[in-house]
Amino acid sequence: MLDQPAEGYVTADGRQIGPVVLELKNITLRFGGVEAIKNISFDIREGEIRAIIGPNGAGKSSMMNVISGFYVPQEGEILYKGYKRRKMPPYQVARTGIARTFQNIALFEGMSVLDNIMTGRINLMKSGFLKQALWWGPASREEDEHRAKVEKVIDFLEIQHIRKTPVARLPYGLKKRVELARALAAEPQILLLDEPMAGMNVEEKEDMSRFILDVNDEFGTTIVLIEHDMGVVMDLSDRVVVMDYGKKIGDGTPDEVRGNQDVIDAYLGVAHE
Amino acid sequence: MSDNVLFAMEAALNGVTVGIMYSLVALGFVLIFKASGIFNFAQGVMALFAALTLVGLQNGQIPFAPIINAAFGTSIHNFGWNLPSVVAIPLTVLVMIGMAWLIERIVLKHLVNQEPIILFMATIGLAFFLEGLGDIMWGAEVKRLDVGIPQGMSSWVDETTYNLFGYGFFIDTLSLYALGIAAVLVTGLVLFSQYTKQGRALRAVADDHQAALSVGISLRFIWVLTWSIAGIVALVAGIMWGSKSGVQFSLSLIALKALPVLILGGFTSIPGAIVGGLLIGVGEKLFDFLMQPVIGGATENWFAYMLALVFLLFRPQGLFGERIIERV
Repeated sequence: MLDQPAEGYVTADGRQIGPVVLELKNITLRFGGVEAIKNISFDIREGEIRAIIGPNGAGKSSMMNVISGFYVPQEGEILYKGYKRRKMPPYQVARTGIARTFQNIALFEGMSVLDNIMTGRINLMKSGFLKQALWWGPASREEDEHRAKVEKVIDFLEIQHIRKTPVARLPYGLKKRVELARALAAEPQILLLDEPMAGMNVEEKEDMSRFILDVNDEFGTTIVLIEHDMGVVMDLSDRVVVMDYGKKIGDGTPDEVRGNQDVIDAYLGVAHE
Repeated sequence: MSDNVLFAMEAALNGVTVGIMYSLVALGFVLIFKASGIFNFAQGVMALFAALTLVGLQNGQIPFAPIINAAFGTSIHNFGWNLPSVVAIPLTVLVMIGMAWLIERIVLKHLVNQEPIILFMATIGLAFFLEGLGDIMWGAEVKRLDVGIPQGMSSWVDETTYNLFGYGFFIDTLSLYALGIAAVLVTGLVLFSQYTKQGRALRAVADDHQAALSVGISLRFIWVLTWSIAGIVALVAGIMWGSKSGVQFSLSLIALKALPVLILGGFTSIPGAIVGGLLIGVGEKLFDFLMQPVIGGATENWFAYMLALVFLLFRPQGLFGERIIERV
């Protein structure tokens, strides 16, 4: 793997990549006797698009859940912005600026698209309980500001036409986009995308890839994504972690990973000894 | 208009006011069920407990007095003061919020991700616990509750209807207040859930726990919030029922009447709880009035359940409930 300078560098296409923002050290996660993640370490740099790939059951989603606090690893530590992160529930992780989407889409089905995206900003809202209940001036002004921000996200992801539609009525591809919008509305530092393109057709995949690149480019958001489609991953990401049977078998730029014999074996299904 | 039609109208009006009482209890059920999928069997007992606490505070009763007296041979009963309602009601609200917090800490926290039936069993336990606690804290005798709501026949309704129809309706003033208070309560709840940050968080949790966590909503805070609101709704119900027929332990049984209300209105709909309560209230009074000549009355005890049964056959999700669609 090429050694990049600690303080950051500029990519070939001119994007600024910063220092390490999140570092996972010797993470081990067990479910009973099954080790889903075996002693994995890797880091994520500010502003980069970092992919986690691997065959089914490799432990990719578990890794995502460890980063977002849904799973607590038995061993290892997570360094976020240079500090060791204490054990915290997922809602607190979200409050530290880590937003995520889910493999099987977790939206508020009963709410409109707009309301769904507004919930993404729930922790950025400051007005207290009573003020809001009584609808005082400042609270109402604050609501307007949040609405404006949300409208920007809606424009950005080109979902103006479905703003008022209840989410339950949307087709799969649009639901995925709304989920991304909700995560974006939180103005996260790190955005975790769990198979953002699963189940999409070629055109939808192209749209989603474009949005991911645009988000990264426009807001400088660090993106961690899990994806099956090798072509998409190699085009999108700056660096790739490859997992197989809970172990890390490769880590580096797409080109480095492509040439890695272990990775080729894992994907072509060579028998494990 | 013939006398019978007038009598029927009077019966229906009385039904509205009884129905609102059912609605208030059902409302507490709906709030908790929506937010956490828990069917809170203890809702009726919470109403009883709230009313007992309110009366106890008003009368300056010393909590646990019988136990203290038995243990230390003392003979204390009262602090010797009477708290006005404006002080006693907010204090009771605080007690209900504290109770919600304790329930989350002691019970719910340990049952996260359990089957609904387990949580249901826990609330049955909670119901018995609260009933016992209410007993040893405040005593088991029937108590009079007066928070200053006027009672007795409403002369305004009597005069107005007399002038209109030549027959004055007998409506309890208390019932009219119950109507007004229920309307304010429901409007408040709807505004709260639609327009505030916490209200939005509450709807989010009701919809999808995982998604709510991922946007940074604390489920535990929302549960305390929901149980607090349900506790306050229970207090309102307790005040209404207690003012009407005294604070007594049979109050917890009104929870059973809330069941058919929920089946009619749907377990997840706030307007459903209100409309369901009204339908049951009006339905049972009218049915009783109509059937009296035929089967001799006393139908109020079972009419609600029969109506619920019919609904279960033809519209199991209730009038306003979410349609249950099983995907295969």
